[in-house]
Amino acid sequence: MKYVNQPVRKTDAMALVMGKPVYTDDLAPKDCLIVKILRSPHANAWVEDIKTGNAEKVAGIACILTYKDVPQKRFTLAGQTAPEMSPDDRLIIDRHVRFVGDVVAIVAGETEDAVDKALKRIRVQYRVEAPVLDMHKAKDNPILVHPEEDWKLKIPLGGNNKRNLCAEALEEHGDVDKVLSECKYTVEQTYHTKANQQTMMETFRTACYMDHFGRLVVLSSTQIPFHVRRIVGRALDIPASKVRVIKPRIGGGFGAKQTSVSEIYPAIVTWKTGRPSKMIFSRYESMICSSPRHEMEITVRAGADENGIIKAIDVYTLSNTGAYGEHSSTTVGLSGHKSIGLYRHTEAYRFAFDVVYTNVQAAGAYRGYGATQGIFAVESAVNELAHKMGMDPVRIKELNMPIEGGPLPGYPDVPYAQSCTMDKCMARAKEMMDWDSKYPFRDMGNGKVRGVGVAMAMQGSSIAGVDVGGADIKLNEDGSYTLALGCTDMGTGCDTIMAQIAADCLETPMENIVVFSVDTDISPYDSGSYASSTTYTTGVAVMKACQELRKKICELGAQMLEVDQEKVDFDGSYVFCDGEDEEKRVSLEQVALKGTFFNNIELQVVKQHSSPLSPPPFMVGMAEVEVDTETGTVEVLDYVAAVDCGTPINPNLARVQTEGGIAQGIGMALFEDVQYTEKGKVRNNSFMQYKIPTREDFGNIRVAFESSYEESGPFGAKSIGELVIDTPCPAIAEAIYNATGVRVRELPITPEKVAMGILKKKLEK
Amino acid sequence: MLKIKSYVKVKNVAEAYELNQKKTALVLGGMVWLKMGNRNISTAIDLSGLGLDTIQEFDDEFVIGCMTPLRELEINESLNEYTHGAIQESLRHIVGVQFRNCATVGGSIWGRYGFSDVLTMFLGMDTWVELYDAGKIPLTEFVNRKKDNDILVNIIVKKQPLRVCYMSQRNTKTDFPVLTCVASMIGEEARTVIGARPGHAVVVEDKDHILKNFKNMTKKQREEAIRKFAEYAAANVKTSGNMRASAEYRTLLVEVLTKRTWETIGGMKDEY
Amino acid sequence: MNISFWLNGAYRQEEIEPGMLLLDFLREKGCFSVKRGCETANCGLCTVLLDERPVLSCSMLAARIDGKKVVTLEGMQREAQEFGSFLANEGAEQCGFCNPGFIMNVFAMLNELKEPTEEQIKEYLAGNLCRCSGFVSQTASILKFLKYKKAQEEA
Repeated sequence: MKYVNQPVRKTDAMALVMGKPVYTDDLAPKDCLIVKILRSPHANAWVEDIKTGNAEKVAGIACILTYKDVPQKRFTLAGQTAPEMSPDDRLIIDRHVRFVGDVVAIVAGETEDAVDKALKRIRVQYRVEAPVLDMHKAKDNPILVHPEEDWKLKIPLGGNNKRNLCAEALEEHGDVDKVLSECKYTVEQTYHTKANQQTMMETFRTACYMDHFGRLVVLSSTQIPFHVRRIVGRALDIPASKVRVIKPRIGGGFGAKQTSVSEIYPAIVTWKTGRPSKMIFSRYESMICSSPRHEMEITVRAGADENGIIKAIDVYTLSNTGAYGEHSSTTVGLSGHKSIGLYRHTEAYRFAFDVVYTNVQAAGAYRGYGATQGIFAVESAVNELAHKMGMDPVRIKELNMPIEGGPLPGYPDVPYAQSCTMDKCMARAKEMMDWDSKYPFRDMGNGKVRGVGVAMAMQGSSIAGVDVGGADIKLNEDGSYTLALGCTDMGTGCDTIMAQIAADCLETPMENIVVFSVDTDISPYDSGSYASSTTYTTGVAVMKACQELRKKICELGAQMLEVDQEKVDFDGSYVFCDGEDEEKRVSLEQVALKGTFFNNIELQVVKQHSSPLSPPPFMVGMAEVEVDTETGTVEVLDYVAAVDCGTPINPNLARVQTEGGIAQGIGMALFEDVQYTEKGKVRNNSFMQYKIPTREDFGNIRVAFESSYEESGPFGAKSIGELVIDTPCPAIAEAIYNATGVRVRELPITPEKVAMGILKKKLEK
Repeated sequence: MLKIKSYVKVKNVAEAYELNQKKTALVLGGMVWLKMGNRNISTAIDLSGLGLDTIQEFDDEFVIGCMTPLRELEINESLNEYTHGAIQESLRHIVGVQFRNCATVGGSIWGRYGFSDVLTMFLGMDTWVELYDAGKIPLTEFVNRKKDNDILVNIIVKKQPLRVCYMSQRNTKTDFPVLTCVASMIGEEARTVIGARPGHAVVVEDKDHILKNFKNMTKKQREEAIRKFAEYAAANVKTSGNMRASAEYRTLLVEVLTKRTWETIGGMKDEY
Repeated sequence: MNISFWLNGAYRQEEIEPGMLLLDFLREKGCFSVKRGCETANCGLCTVLLDERPVLSCSMLAARIDGKKVVTLEGMQREAQEFGSFLANEGAEQCGFCNPGFIMNVFAMLNELKEPTEEQIKEYLAGNLCRCSGFVSQTASILKFLKYKKAQEEA
């Protein structure tokens, strides 16, 4: 292999570093109407009356749409394979506004000034009702977020809109209560994770225009072009065939753009007016009406025998989906499936959940997708259990961790851990951190104490039996290849990774492959880039397509050489006859050219791939923190990660994924927190108030790979994108505990929580 | 969004003052705060053509033009020598270099913002503001003055024998502070300033004279005085809660930062 | 109102609305490298050089560039290619959206600090957010670039 497992430079890198105009707003037609939205100031209200007459009179206004102007069939904005697990609970504009920021009217005009002026002139009369803001009080509350009769769940998941329930379920294996009662050591604690914003640097944005066939072209910063085509079609109540979605380079996603947050608004404007339009979300809008991580409260009971063998785990998750149900019934599942599975000796487990509607902005997909929340809870609980036993948390994990060939309790998507080096990851992380000499803490003698903490994590690789990857490879007449993809590079580098795979499969230089992505008219179907699926799923589709194309090249080459196809082989440059002398061969270029005249063998292959499995990648994260015991300030001095993602196709990109995921996890652990006022307004609605980590906010992050080989993945690869955000919360919480004796079970762990915890402990003494 | 009808780059301060008497007129600073408001401005007054963006050092004072970017103060050698680097420490956590190249000292001081590191720092020195109409008044008086239509021209720091230490507590490195604190010996005066309470910075009045004669105390006396004064400050400085921290935590920080800044002034500790 | 200024070395005169922000003005003039990441002067994506100093074009009126020199990444393509290849070799560019503002501030830093330490680099660039990379690879690229530059100077 020449390219796979090499730190190849991203094929689009130089365009990006030189600031070329390659993003949605750089490419939007110059004469776009500007689309903006009048948003509800109330968390729960009905539009009694709306007057747009004065606003329409503003010069340059092209259209103003209210609830009266939109189709009345409910749909979901979740980017999921249809029929979506998320309920159909949206209209483009609903008379019932369900959170502060919900859509009341859409205004499009020739200039931003005109649109701003028109927005101010719309008169709305609301019937304001009391909101449900506290997720603990949502279930069976008389105030209903979705009282409507046409609320629809396409797949039964226990949801009931008349109970504010989006989903509920109970999974059980063995008698948890009995096994727990027999355990020598048990813990029971509740952990609370908050909503976080993905804050990709490029906000949500979409431009639309009509093509010469009268079809709607949607140019959008999205992770899910094919789902967007369906969603826009359903929202506008037009056939999806009338919609074409193009994804240019996109400025980050992290799951935020797995919900169709911005597309439907310019889409309806262009569809109604026939004019190009664009909607660029402000950062403010991206903070108040987008798709943040689900807030969850997770209660864990866990028990171990006298030897530290964990026998039973019981997880109950309460998840807050906000005003709409995108991704809510699915994220919550991961809070149990990806956490309980970390403990292989578990004889009995129970996982139950409720997902409730409340009157805050709808949650969505954020890297980790529920696993992050569940792993914080279960890893913290197991760490607490270890301390109860007087055991080093590393030890309890070593005794119970997943092993290759061993079971993954409660994880349904592989029969057993087919590829797993968690043991090596733990050993490597221990060595990198110098754990044994640093655990549990070191008093630095100046009011500062250093502590270390550990956590394990697993995720999936694609949604088993659901996700579809597509690849379309063709040989061009000059001997170059074009690889068309439907997966969505969002900076992650999957276009490059697929080219690496194709180049090795075709034994050709990477420069000889042009990657094209994504245009729903041209690209092969792909469910999109989410659920840690792209390398694992689309990667195999690329392999299949390339292998098939090699056969076609051989077939045509054999025809040209006038020999049987079985007699020839292809080495990437030539089709040649086995065992014959050097002369009997044709070059790739000759075969390619032959493909263009008097030819009946197509030199183009489209392949799909879908895996019945979702093999988990594994990792161990260790944090070293320094706590100022008077102010509670926590510095993450060092973070080490040892990762088993199978074969890293591109070690550079896999490493940067890990570093970036850990940095996001540090933000979640220490300061990111979407807060609301008692009226349901987002308090931190800007980068001034919602702080994400800067390069000064943590010390070093060090990454090592301990690769297993996953037979079902391309060249042995599994996923990495989501896994890497899962360990910082529990590892840092544990490190702080080891430094101070203060256990913080509610994120983020602010200096205040630490300082007040230390003070409380002092007073207790 | 900010809507501006007319933009006047004034020829002199008198012209600026004249224009500023209209209610909908506004003097532009560095624009970093201003642009976030939703306001209609009839006349935007730009002082940037008046050469008020320099730091001048004289024998007895520094004269800092209102349009001086924060970054200039941060890297100004003589100001940092005079304050033993406290100026730099008070500024370097504010967002980023580009932000501090835009934000002006005049904008920061005029705004009298609760979160202001700048205001806290300057209150810890013998600082005066020079207003076009009202003339020179001490900063300690200016902070409590109602906002009017005057023009802030210069900030003047009188050179006194000075020992000063600045500290802040933040939830992240470049966030607004949760609390700011300055301890200083200005000549014989021991001054403590607490800001981001989250109300605007205040000078802690030492009614019990705990720090009186601090300069001449023995090490042991100093330690005792600092302990007592830190407790006193915590008991007397009014704090409240906001999304960054509660009042209780801020009060805890008042005690810790007061202690730490004074320990640094008193020579007991070099660093935290 | 009328302003005259230098944009990427070329002298220009333009008629502008007084409330126009420099960021919008520059994009209108075809400088698409200048990105908006927030509206509150916190992300650094819109960083350009004004008389050689890095400023945030989202928070500055276009009126303020009157008589001054503005440089965007479009005006530093050769330098961008040189330094950018170090980012690319680390995989540090990721989604690329923060890159132009970040790179402009790196140039400002190298203009101001001769041999910055890792700590100085982190402090100088603290106002440049990146959500993809976790910054580690960015710092590594800068350190390697500095080494390369030094070797070049010594040679």
